[in-house]
Amino acid sequence: MSETSHYLCIGCPLGCRLEVDTQGDEILEVRGNACKRGDTFARQEHVDPRRFVTTTVAIEGAPWPRLPVATAGSVPKHVMREVCEALHGLRLEAPVELGQVVLPDALGTGIDVVATRSMERR
Amino acid sequence: MPELQPRHLQRRYDVVVVGGGPAGLAAALGAREQGAEGVLIVDRESEPGGILQQCIHHGFGLHHFKEELTGPAYAERYLGQVLEHDVDILTDAYVLDVDPSRRVGLLSSRHGRTEVDAGAVVLAMGARERTRQAIRIPGTRPAGIMTAGFAQKLVNMAGYLPGRRVAILGSGDIGLIMARRLVLEGAEVVGVFELMPHANGLTRNVVQCLHDFGIPLHLSTTVVHIHGDERIEKVTVAPVDESFTPRMDQAWDVDCDTLLVSIGLIPDNELARTLGVRLDPVTTGPVVTSSMETSRDGVFACGNTVHIHDLVDWVSQESQLAGGAAGGYATGRHRRADNVRLLPGSNVRSCIPHTITTEREHTIFLRVTKSLAPCTLRLGEVYERPLRYVVPGEMVTLKVRPRFLQGFHGGNLRVDVVAREEAAA
Amino acid sequence: MRFDVVIVGAGIVGCAIARELTRYRLDVALIERECEVGLGTSKANSGIIHGGHRAADGTAKGATEYRGNLLWDELAHDLPFGFQRIGDLTVAFDDDDERHLSELLDQGRRRGVTGLELWDSERLRREEPNLSHDIRSALHAPTSGVVNPYEACFALAESAVRNGLTLLLEHTVVGIERGESGFTVRTDRGSLEARFVINAAGVHGDAVARLVGAEEAGLRFRKGEEYLLDKRLVGFVTRVVFPCPSPTSKGILVIPTYDGTLMVGPTATPSDADDVTTTAQGAQAVFEGARRLVPGISEEDCIAEFAGVRAVAADEDFAIHSTAVPGFVNVIGIQSPGLTAAPAIALDVVELLRSEGLSLELDDAFIPGIDAPILFAQLEPEEQARVVRGDPRFGRIACRCEIVTEGEVLHAIERGARTMDGIKFRTRAGMGRCQGGFCAWRCMRLLADTLDIDISEVTKRGGRSWIATPRLEVEHA
Ligand SMILES: Cc1cc2nc3c(=O)[nH]c(=O)nc-3n(C[C@H](O)[C@H](O)[C@H](O)COP(=O)(O)OP(=O)(O)OC[C@H]3O[C@@H](n4cnc5c(N)ncnc54)[C@H](O)[C@@H]3O)c2cc1C
Ligand code: SF4
Repeated sequence: MSETSHYLCIGCPLGCRLEVDTQGDEILEVRGNACKRGDTFARQEHVDPRRFVTTTVAIEGAPWPRLPVATAGSVPKHVMREVCEALHGLRLEAPVELGQVVLPDALGTGIDVVATRSMERR
Repeated sequence: MPELQPRHLQRRYDVVVVGGGPAGLAAALGAREQGAEGVLIVDRESEPGGILQQCIHHGFGLHHFKEELTGPAYAERYLGQVLEHDVDILTDAYVLDVDPSRRVGLLSSRHGRTEVDAGAVVLAMGARERTRQAIRIPGTRPAGIMTAGFAQKLVNMAGYLPGRRVAILGSGDIGLIMARRLVLEGAEVVGVFELMPHANGLTRNVVQCLHDFGIPLHLSTTVVHIHGDERIEKVTVAPVDESFTPRMDQAWDVDCDTLLVSIGLIPDNELARTLGVRLDPVTTGPVVTSSMETSRDGVFACGNTVHIHDLVDWVSQESQLAGGAAGGYATGRHRRADNVRLLPGSNVRSCIPHTITTEREHTIFLRVTKSLAPCTLRLGEVYERPLRYVVPGEMVTLKVRPRFLQGFHGGNLRVDVVAREEAAA
Repeated sequence: MRFDVVIVGAGIVGCAIARELTRYRLDVALIERECEVGLGTSKANSGIIHGGHRAADGTAKGATEYRGNLLWDELAHDLPFGFQRIGDLTVAFDDDDERHLSELLDQGRRRGVTGLELWDSERLRREEPNLSHDIRSALHAPTSGVVNPYEACFALAESAVRNGLTLLLEHTVVGIERGESGFTVRTDRGSLEARFVINAAGVHGDAVARLVGAEEAGLRFRKGEEYLLDKRLVGFVTRVVFPCPSPTSKGILVIPTYDGTLMVGPTATPSDADDVTTTAQGAQAVFEGARRLVPGISEEDCIAEFAGVRAVAADEDFAIHSTAVPGFVNVIGIQSPGLTAAPAIALDVVELLRSEGLSLELDDAFIPGIDAPILFAQLEPEEQARVVRGDPRFGRIACRCEIVTEGEVLHAIERGARTMDGIKFRTRAGMGRCQGGFCAWRCMRLLADTLDIDISEVTKRGGRSWIATPRLEVEHA
């Protein structure tokens, strides 16, 4: 028995409704895409959906109480919330530089979380 | 970050840039590159970067830095470039007025109420958000109704939540992005309500900000009543028919302690108005030439204060051009007048700049009124180009090369975007 | 502490009475359940100081309207609030209307109202070119004016406090007992003793009278919705414009506010005491009514709206009298033109207290004035430069739509603003096009810093009207 999963393509504003037919782990067919990008997206999204995470971390001695941070690469979609929770426990001290690692190898994903701006000491 | 505030203000600058967001930074850079000596940026916030500082998500810089950056990172990188070019940046300061001789009236806690003379002025004040008043929702007026951008500042910079149970009116990108931010910060988002039959923001944001978190998007639905005396307690929402009239028989109540309003931006044109520059009734920003000059000599404008962009990279590009032209103006190299007036035609809501020349290459930015796919973009009788699609939410950019306009010797040029039946086959 | 007089309710009526009483050697307390004065009906009205010819003869309204009108000059001389006599026009579309105009003219002349004049259509077109061309004639009353009513309340209260008033905000009166020698007034936060109690509790007037078993006025409530229009229309109409009342409605007015922006309204629909909702039907009625007078007005121009509730006595008149409970005075049912009449009502109440046995001895230390706030945007550049040199806080903009500086916001807080609405109604910060989008955060921070509270404790107008809430993990910690 084959199964069908549904995705919305984010490749462009046409937002094609993609259908992925699978049998077990095997992808049989991708339908609904108006161009090649949709096919690539659907296969990736079906097998290993990944996202960048952007959030903030507490910082002391800086002009603002929150420092914006982001994962340096994409992480598996299902760990997004956990990454945020891990970051919410952190407390940084100014100064911080753009790109500085604030959490190395987040949750063992191999991806660092880095500051996305500098904050000087106030 | 280096100490930015200039200790002394000069009496005269070649170029004064009003606003230190991405448009202002790029304009200053452009001005320096085109030979302007003294360049001053004035910004009312305590640091430059404008709205970017609170846009902590990705989506900036793919064109300009060839890399996907967050808003603050884009601002910081860009600021680095500007500072290498020796520009004065005055923060915590406000431009009260600019007179026709380009004397700029300033208010600053450090320098008081002063004036500086400018060889050229660049208006780069950005935009403001449309508020609840723009759509007049009946009901009470409790606390807890705010624009998505204000909530963004609260969450991303000040470290507070706007509330615990949030409804969002409008599916603009800021609203969608805030839906995700709020969930990741522990609040509950009960739904996004959009009057139109389609989302206003990018598909990417619909998928990654709503679908990923199971947040419902109610299309063709709007908020028809606000309840709660002190703090908002619930909203009544209702589906709308084709003429956008709410179907009250199908209305339902949604409990929430916060209503974010994300119904779009409008150019901040207060200063442009007091200067008396000609405004485009559709964009509500100034009418501009291919050098981004307004109807006042030596006053240029760029970025969201002219028209609402959806990509910061285009803001930087447009603004660098504006700043360059201002620098040229201030140093006595004023560009020749344009000879082509672009007229928005079929399915074109606005077209920036308003005029171009047949001699140079230009990037023009179009907004369409309705989605079409596939379609054809036409410049009068002289040029046409096939497009896969157009949607109102995404600006169409077109590089117009002189050879496209061969055989056209000036005057009005209609810009149309029309359906292309044959290509569908 | 034992007070000579306790006033319940700090609307325009309570504030005017309180200030009048502080002219004498008396201990006076003013109790208000909201966190600032004037936030009831006195904030949410048309702001018109009626010309004096409109309220009917033989009523308390008629007896106080013109006297009140005349007293506003002195108040505006002593106290800083926006007030200007811009005049009003009652306009006639047909014969019935014209008959009504001549009746109004007669009534006004009998009462001694000065300057009343009938204008023909030609004169009208010259003076107010944007009025409907269907208007045949109009009655012009130059005595009529507009006021920023909340500013008047703030100024009256501040002046009274300066002259010794005890002002208790965020105190709700929950019980009043008449004892041997006077009253015990119980609030949710402690009790006061008083010889005299004045009930100026607005829409809650009957409820307060009931606490002590005094006569009620049979209050019913009529809501009025008002819509403020964009600055674009400043100067479009320069006088208040009234239609002639029909049997079913008093009609929708077009009102140039003190600040020049136009306001249209109010509706008049039966409502609950606390119902300040605006409605789609209300908006429709208001804009239809306004367009009948001034065709160039459109819904598109609306930048803000609000509603206020009129407390209407069974006989439709003001209820200003002593009651069966000796020493307990009602000043309730003060519907329109209550704002206009308030200064006269205050004088009448003082006389009433005198006749009830309160001895009134003028206090030589009474100071009629208070300092005017700095309105930075209205100063000349050289003046502005001087102000910023003296205090750099005036060099920072808080609200960009209305050009309000942080210095002005801080002054407002020093003078009693405790909430975002308190700041807004004192400085205009947040009243403009962006409706607080830019200034809200700045004003929140200034309030939090000055009052030494957390951002999450800043409110829009007291109570549960918080604006931001702490992040969740902060609570867990
Ligand atoms: C839409 C509208 C338009 C109007 N336009 C005009 C106009 O143009 N010109 C004019 O002259 N008049 C006008 N009026 C009438 C005018 O606004 C009122 O007459 C006037 O504001 C009444 O003042 P007040 O002090 O009696 O009531 P309020 O301002 O309501 O004051 C009563 C106060 O008592 C407090 N209170 C109540 N119960 C308690 C308690 N138990 N303990 C402590 N405090 C309590 C309340 O919080 C409130 O602050 C208008 C009215 C409306 C509704
Ligand atoms: S499949 Fe191609 S055309 Fe369809 S949305 Fe994706 S990128 Fe756009």
